[in-house]
Amino acid sequence: ETDIDDRYGDLDSRIDSDIPEIPPSSDRTPEILKKALSGLSSRWKNWWIRGILTLTMISLFFLIIYMGSFMLMLLVLGIQVKCFHEIITIGYRVYHSYDLPWFRTLSWYFLLCVNYFFYGETVADYFATFVQREEQLQFLIRYHRFISFALYLAGFCMFVLSLVKKHCRLQFYMFAWTHVTLLIIVTQSHLVIQSLFEGMIWFLLPISSVICNDITAYLFGFFFGRTPLIKLSPKKTWEGFIGGFFSTVVFGFIAAYVLSKYQYFVCPVEYRSDVNSFVTECEPSELFQLQNYSLPPFLKAVLRQERVSLYPFQIHSIALSTFASLIGPFGGFFASGFKRAFKIKDFANTIPGHGGIMDRFDCQYLMATFVHVYIASFIRGPNPSKVLQQLLVLQPEHQLNIYKTLKIHLIEKGILQPALKV
Amino acid sequence: LPASDESESEAKVDGETASDSESRTESAPLPVSADDTPEVLNRALSNLSSRWKNWWVRGILTMAMIAFFFIIIYLGPMVLMIIVMCVQIKCFHEIITIGYNVYHSYDLPWFRTLSWYFLLCVNYFFYGETVTDYFFTLVQREEPLRILSKYHRFISFTLYLIGFCMFVLSLVKKHYRLQFYMFGWTHVTLLIVVTQSHLVIHNLFEGMIWFIVPISCVICNDIMAYMFGFFFGRTPLIKLSPKKTWEGFIGGFFATVVFGLLLSYVMSGYRCFVCPVEYNNDTNSFTVDCEPSDLFRLQEYNIPGVIQSVIGWKTVRMYPFQIHSIALSTFASLIGPFGGFFASGFKRAFKIKDFANTIPGHGGIMDRFDCQYLMATFVNVYIASFIRGPNPSKLIQQFLTLRPDQQLHIFNTLQSHLIDKGMLTSATEDE
Repeated sequence: ETDIDDRYGDLDSRIDSDIPEIPPSSDRTPEILKKALSGLSSRWKNWWIRGILTLTMISLFFLIIYMGSFMLMLLVLGIQVKCFHEIITIGYRVYHSYDLPWFRTLSWYFLLCVNYFFYGETVADYFATFVQREEQLQFLIRYHRFISFALYLAGFCMFVLSLVKKHCRLQFYMFAWTHVTLLIIVTQSHLVIQSLFEGMIWFLLPISSVICNDITAYLFGFFFGRTPLIKLSPKKTWEGFIGGFFSTVVFGFIAAYVLSKYQYFVCPVEYRSDVNSFVTECEPSELFQLQNYSLPPFLKAVLRQERVSLYPFQIHSIALSTFASLIGPFGGFFASGFKRAFKIKDFANTIPGHGGIMDRFDCQYLMATFVHVYIASFIRGPNPSKVLQQLLVLQPEHQLNIYKTLKIHLIEKGILQPALKV
Repeated sequence: LPASDESESEAKVDGETASDSESRTESAPLPVSADDTPEVLNRALSNLSSRWKNWWVRGILTMAMIAFFFIIIYLGPMVLMIIVMCVQIKCFHEIITIGYNVYHSYDLPWFRTLSWYFLLCVNYFFYGETVTDYFFTLVQREEPLRILSKYHRFISFTLYLIGFCMFVLSLVKKHYRLQFYMFGWTHVTLLIVVTQSHLVIHNLFEGMIWFIVPISCVICNDIMAYMFGFFFGRTPLIKLSPKKTWEGFIGGFFATVVFGLLLSYVMSGYRCFVCPVEYNNDTNSFTVDCEPSDLFRLQEYNIPGVIQSVIGWKTVRMYPFQIHSIALSTFASLIGPFGGFFASGFKRAFKIKDFANTIPGHGGIMDRFDCQYLMATFVNVYIASFIRGPNPSKLIQQFLTLRPDQQLHIFNTLQSHLIDKGMLTSATEDE
């Protein structure tokens, strides 16, 4: 009886061409579309299916934005779970490891643990007032890290106990595969949610820029494409890349102008305990107040205006769109390389004409982290609710000391008026 | 020892093509490097039989490592930090080398450079985050350091991105899968090795006792379990590591708890172990000087009735820290070995006997540190959950960077909270 490890483990050392292709799953295009488009040639039929599905997805996006931040959070969670499922399924097919003991359970268990940890860290901050009220939640928050670690350890020990001699290597591969997937997908989705809480515009604008870049690069490539961009993705062209870049910057600029007007998009999302729901109401910060900028001379000559009113946020949007157009595609190339390495055409067949959810989100990988890092470095300092949360956990004596220090500081700065003695 | 079993796997199987059997022999156990035992030892022990010779070599090297450990502790926190960093780099190197050997990927373009580059990036990120907290005043003084610290996350992310883009651009048609494997391998290694070493340094800054006691407990458990197994071992513990026995496991557990209690008692008496490590601006060095916290002051405990009859004392004077040390030693004895089993499984999966041959008789650095993996994270989580809350001075720093309206909001909330608790009355407000 040969070691299963040796049969499949040796896949590693062979060159890619020796590895058999994984057959694609069945086509899931709905019947109605097929009938409606049966007359057209294959190329245009594909184009139409993609177009219709694109419009459907965009409308779904608008609908969910309308429904509010809570629905958006659920959507992000749903997408995260589906992406995880897609990548893990690919791992199973590559390693023929459907019959590995325990492994499906363990992968989903680890997903649950990591989500629990992250949601506990972020959600606890934003729901501070709600949490203070409930005793059990207080306990969970105080010992959150310990509980998360204990849960993770239980999974780790189960993994070690489940190691079987014949399948050792495969089991380690799947363990590593699960962890890398968690690292990429779950951390990114939580950064997305943190950006969302900063203000819905920080969620909408980056995602729309990436989608816009995708679509406009495709269109420019379709109509003008000539010079291939990179061997990894033969369908991408320089014309598409550059055209997409300029269109995305313009799009981002205009979208930022439109969205900055509405408090709904611009204000940080807060949870109000009185109304038990999310509220976006505030005094818009300086970023979202119109300011006059003097135009540099060459633009003056072109536009015939001395000054222009812009939201400062629009300047930031240029940085975001630039990243989406220049670096975002690298996420796409990474995914293309991954698909070629494992000889799959698409991650899954969830969306007809487009492939799986991962295929749509591959360019978003780096965007979420970039937005988070950008906000942390250039826009705001530490999170005020988190600071408050930590203050409330301290010992009373420490709290008193800090209170006195803060009071002195605030009076010095003139933010607090010293109390008038009666 | 499993070494003799591996030759069986080299036998050919019917129906394999030539390339199959070639890769099969290539996946046979990786050749062990030349024996590193120093000549001196070889000559001194040449008369003894092979089993006792191995025992003596291991014994002498164990003593040498423990003596080395003591010397470094004596030299102070800065040297400890450097040693932790070196151990981390060596572990990373060992695991990456195994990856190369498994995948025959020495000729992959760029990959060695990229792996070391990612190691540098992640270290830069972590050191920046910790250094900024602990060296706050030093950082604020120097302009370049201040800018680096303010935009730290952005700079780290940019550095990482450069590595990521280089990886994507370096993908070569024939080797896609190998390259992705090595990318995944590097990242998992970074996740395990680098994060743990930074948690170790965090623990160190909390007080050297939080660094020394956990590591000593793991080492003690290793040695005690080995001794108990050597002398009394009979019932195998787990199929993964045939040399471990239940007698060794349980004997090691009790021995480690007792050792932990004794060691904590001894160490809690000294300020240099018990105080948080701080960076003193005036002397430009690390100082460990403070008023020991409650954890490290002797207290009277009533002994429960059961033990009273055994020992004959009514009360005992202990440091509260010793109670915590029981938790630490228990973890080291019960869960720490799972890290060892994980490493054993890993070695079996990739058919290697040891991670490397750095230490004669013991294997590589990773072999010595495999049980420490989970310990560092546990100690860090334990401290965060049970010992200290958030750092007050760090909170004040964060507060000072907020916007004025946010500061006012927090101040008012804190005020009402303190008044609720009775720590403040409205009258004292005016003082």
